[in-house]
Amino acid sequence: MSFINYSSREINCKIVYYGPGLCGKTTNLQYVYAKTNPDAKGKMISLATETERTLFFDFLPLSLGEIRGFKTRFHLYTVPGQVFYDASRKLILKGVDGVVFVADSQIERMEANLESLENLRVNLGEQGYDLDRLPYVIQYNKRDLPNVATVEELRRMLNPRIVPEFQAVAPTGVGVFDTLKAVAKLVLTELKKGG
Amino acid sequence: MNSGLVMYEEEFRLIAGICDRLTRDANAKVVFLVDKNGQLIASSGQAQNLDTTSLASLTAGNVAAMGGLAKLIGEKEFPNQFHEGERESLHMSIVAGRVVLVVIFDAKSSLGLVRLRVKKAGEELARVFEVLARKQATPGAQSPFAEITDDDIDNLFSE
Repeated sequence: MSFINYSSREINCKIVYYGPGLCGKTTNLQYVYAKTNPDAKGKMISLATETERTLFFDFLPLSLGEIRGFKTRFHLYTVPGQVFYDASRKLILKGVDGVVFVADSQIERMEANLESLENLRVNLGEQGYDLDRLPYVIQYNKRDLPNVATVEELRRMLNPRIVPEFQAVAPTGVGVFDTLKAVAKLVLTELKKGG
Repeated sequence: MNSGLVMYEEEFRLIAGICDRLTRDANAKVVFLVDKNGQLIASSGQAQNLDTTSLASLTAGNVAAMGGLAKLIGEKEFPNQFHEGERESLHMSIVAGRVVLVVIFDAKSSLGLVRLRVKKAGEELARVFEVLARKQATPGAQSPFAEITDDDIDNLFSE
């Protein structure tokens, strides 16, 4: 649910990073925050527990520049990954324009990935969204770790529809901006269609 | 996908006017209006020192969380909320079911005055949002993005 403001000539979109606990959603945002020009970003907010696990959400506002005289702004949100924070996750999905699913590539997290992806579908459904119709990309994160599944395996399990997919190592930034650009493009393309 | 909020010049002026008046009438420090999805729509008063983008996002988060709590106890939502601070307090009120009117005030005002003025401003704002909803539902209302090209989108990412 984008917000188009003719008065200030701005367009605002909401992108949500979803995924299982500790898959690197917050790390994605932190990298984007660290590498973005100060003029283009607002303050990053993290509502986290004392052990720095996301409790409610992280929020990062970004300006991408102008399209046809409209300032294009993206609001990036993460959800808490831990299973028991489902109520918060549902709230964050309200008004979403695009989704990034961050998968943990480690073999032992495969079950958690599947569970989270299913949870994403259900929670989107409750808000009246269909994941197959939303701008949506997948990131296979933690590619630097030793015990990771192959991309083919991950694709087979998590990406049967073959949406745009990216390999990433979020702490060093590998794949982080590629993922963001891909979802932002899909969101803008959707807005174009939505006229 | 085109159910997002669209704001036009004319309605924006009306909304800004209502917020300015509320700031004066309620003796408030700041008044701002936020979409329930966390987008800032308008602000008035001493907002220049405030991180209004963060305020907007956290307001929406708070309203969403309180809405979740309301449902747990069998309420639809909590249309009005008040948070009292040592020096400054915050009043939030849901308008027209989709936007949140936030008033920040200090000892120069009072909760009673704020509530009274918010009620009136809320009714005025609801009327403006009704007009906006009708405008948006009118066939032929074009997205400004309808005419952009793939190149425009690519250029955004070209640096």
